[in-house]
Amino acid sequence: MKKTWQTAVVVGASSGIGAALVKRLVAQGCRVAAVARRHDELESLAVWARKAGGGGEVFPYVADVREAQSVLELFETITGDLGGLDLMIYAAGVMLPVQFEEYDTAKDLEMLQTNLSGAVAWLNPAAQRFARLKRGTIVGIGSVAGDRGRSGSPVYNTSKAGLHTYLEALRNRVARYGVKVVTIKPGFVDTAMTKDLPGLFWLISADRAAEIILAKARKGAVTAYVPARWGLVMLIIRSIPSFIFRRLKV
Amino acid sequence: MLSADRLEWIEGWGEVLGGAGYVFRPSILEGIRVALREAGAGGVSVALRGTGCSYGDAALRAENIILDLSRMDRILSWDGETGIIDVEPGVTLRRLWRFVLGDGWWPPVVTGTMETSVGGCLGMNVHGKNNWARGTFGEHCLEFDLMTADGELRTVSRNDDPETFNAVIGSFGLLGVITRARLQMKKITSGLVEAKAVSAGDLETLLRLTDEAKDQWEYVVGWIDAFPRGRKLGRGLLHFARHLEPGEDAEPAQTLRAEAQDLPEDVFMMPKSAIWRLIKPFTNRLGMKWINRLKYLSGATLGEGAIYRQTFAEFSFLLDYVPNWKRIYRPGGLIQHQSFVPVDQAEAVFRRQLEACQKARLPSFLGVVKRHRPDDFLMGHGLDGFSLALDFPVIAGREGRLWQLVRTMAEDVVGAGGGF
Repeated sequence: MKKTWQTAVVVGASSGIGAALVKRLVAQGCRVAAVARRHDELESLAVWARKAGGGGEVFPYVADVREAQSVLELFETITGDLGGLDLMIYAAGVMLPVQFEEYDTAKDLEMLQTNLSGAVAWLNPAAQRFARLKRGTIVGIGSVAGDRGRSGSPVYNTSKAGLHTYLEALRNRVARYGVKVVTIKPGFVDTAMTKDLPGLFWLISADRAAEIILAKARKGAVTAYVPARWGLVMLIIRSIPSFIFRRLKV
Repeated sequence: MLSADRLEWIEGWGEVLGGAGYVFRPSILEGIRVALREAGAGGVSVALRGTGCSYGDAALRAENIILDLSRMDRILSWDGETGIIDVEPGVTLRRLWRFVLGDGWWPPVVTGTMETSVGGCLGMNVHGKNNWARGTFGEHCLEFDLMTADGELRTVSRNDDPETFNAVIGSFGLLGVITRARLQMKKITSGLVEAKAVSAGDLETLLRLTDEAKDQWEYVVGWIDAFPRGRKLGRGLLHFARHLEPGEDAEPAQTLRAEAQDLPEDVFMMPKSAIWRLIKPFTNRLGMKWINRLKYLSGATLGEGAIYRQTFAEFSFLLDYVPNWKRIYRPGGLIQHQSFVPVDQAEAVFRRQLEACQKARLPSFLGVVKRHRPDDFLMGHGLDGFSLALDFPVIAGREGRLWQLVRTMAEDVVGAGGGF
């Protein structure tokens, strides 16, 4: 029978969109595995869930998404603890400040590891499981920043573009089994990542973003800009010829 | 860590509950040991599964091992003189009756579908339409082999170790895996039963007629139209049946052929495989109200008092007439609430159940009443009383009301000294 999600994993759950997603899922009665590096934030989420009622529950797991080799075992543990898995969300992401002419490989690789390699490590077993069971929904939190390569943040853009492509490929693999893979491209969301960034507009709260994301995931959307008006903006930006785009200070 | 290769999505028969489990399908005893060993090593539990005919989650255990015994379906020995048969747990009742019928035997207790397995019937200690006359399925088991969690195999017989015997039967497989069962079949002299249909205008009459018939007829089953209120609440039709005595069947060799028992291929001139599609548009409150009403009215007029002969299969396996009939309840599936209530409380409790369903605007689409007797099993449902089974569709957006209704009914049953 088709039901609401009863079990979910949110990777990158300690703050921002990930934490907001956990709260919304718990409020809907879902058992949620919250995965992140920061123990205290996860504990706070678990305490919040116990007080909030609503039938949901938070299962906290401390893990670093950059440690791909430990994912498989933890993934199996989590599905066992939850008693199943209906929804897998990868929301972990970092955008480290990069100066215009800075070429810091360590920084760049860290972003790739968190934003892209971590996603592959976590979503691969989820996709394999869902394909085998012929059900399930995967949500990857990408970014509008992944739609073009901007001079200001080359590797952050690359990591998100890579994530989008990976999610598309995953979708093409598992769609035949009835598994949904949803690519989310948020615009500016009021989180720690965007704190103190200049020139922000159309800023929405993490909770509002989470609400839209879950609605899109429930519908089984392929790609969703959050909020939707970013779709038009990015259509225009993607249409700008390269010889013009490279002259823009973005 | 268990191998993800074994992960499968498993559902209860009602298609409401499901989960992913690590499925093992052994065909030999050693295969069962392997599954038990892996469960121990992985720190997970084991749920036993036969043909998956349990409505709810009896044969489910999400993220744990599902030990599916349907491949252990061999008939190990058969004595056509005594009617004693040794079978593996995956043997279905279909296979069982087709095998023994030709020698003039029949399983003494059968479920409403012939697709259940012997292991499942023992694990749930099922009953049939003759629970008052013959007791439960387990009462016709003489002994069984039980593999406990440590992989040890022991034979448990009713005579030598009645305490263990009565604890294992009806225990959902919690105490171990039954790997062989020795069953006593019932001698018959014809493949036909004589049946009688009568109507009852209200619940009190229906229960009274059921009670009066229990000592005169081997099989007694009542169908309830759960829609009417007030004076007509609990009205329904009763069907009684008995085995034919020697000499009553002019051609016993013909009726004792398995082929003579085959259910009709067509129902109302339609291939029976298509019937559920025909019924599906009417699987809603209004449609079912009229189907129930027409069934009652036709039974109470055209069929009233009719005495007729049917094959055993036709009378016993009503749930098999329309293949895949549960699909009419898709996409939500169905649940069944079956409660067992002592004689003196039954009418009041069942009346409250039917009224509660109507008040919640969740009337049962199918209601069935049976008469029961106590038994010696540790975890049995046996009592001197009646059961009422109510089928409900699970519809998106109304689940909360349904769960609340079921909870209320269950508390009432327990309060009245009943059970499930």
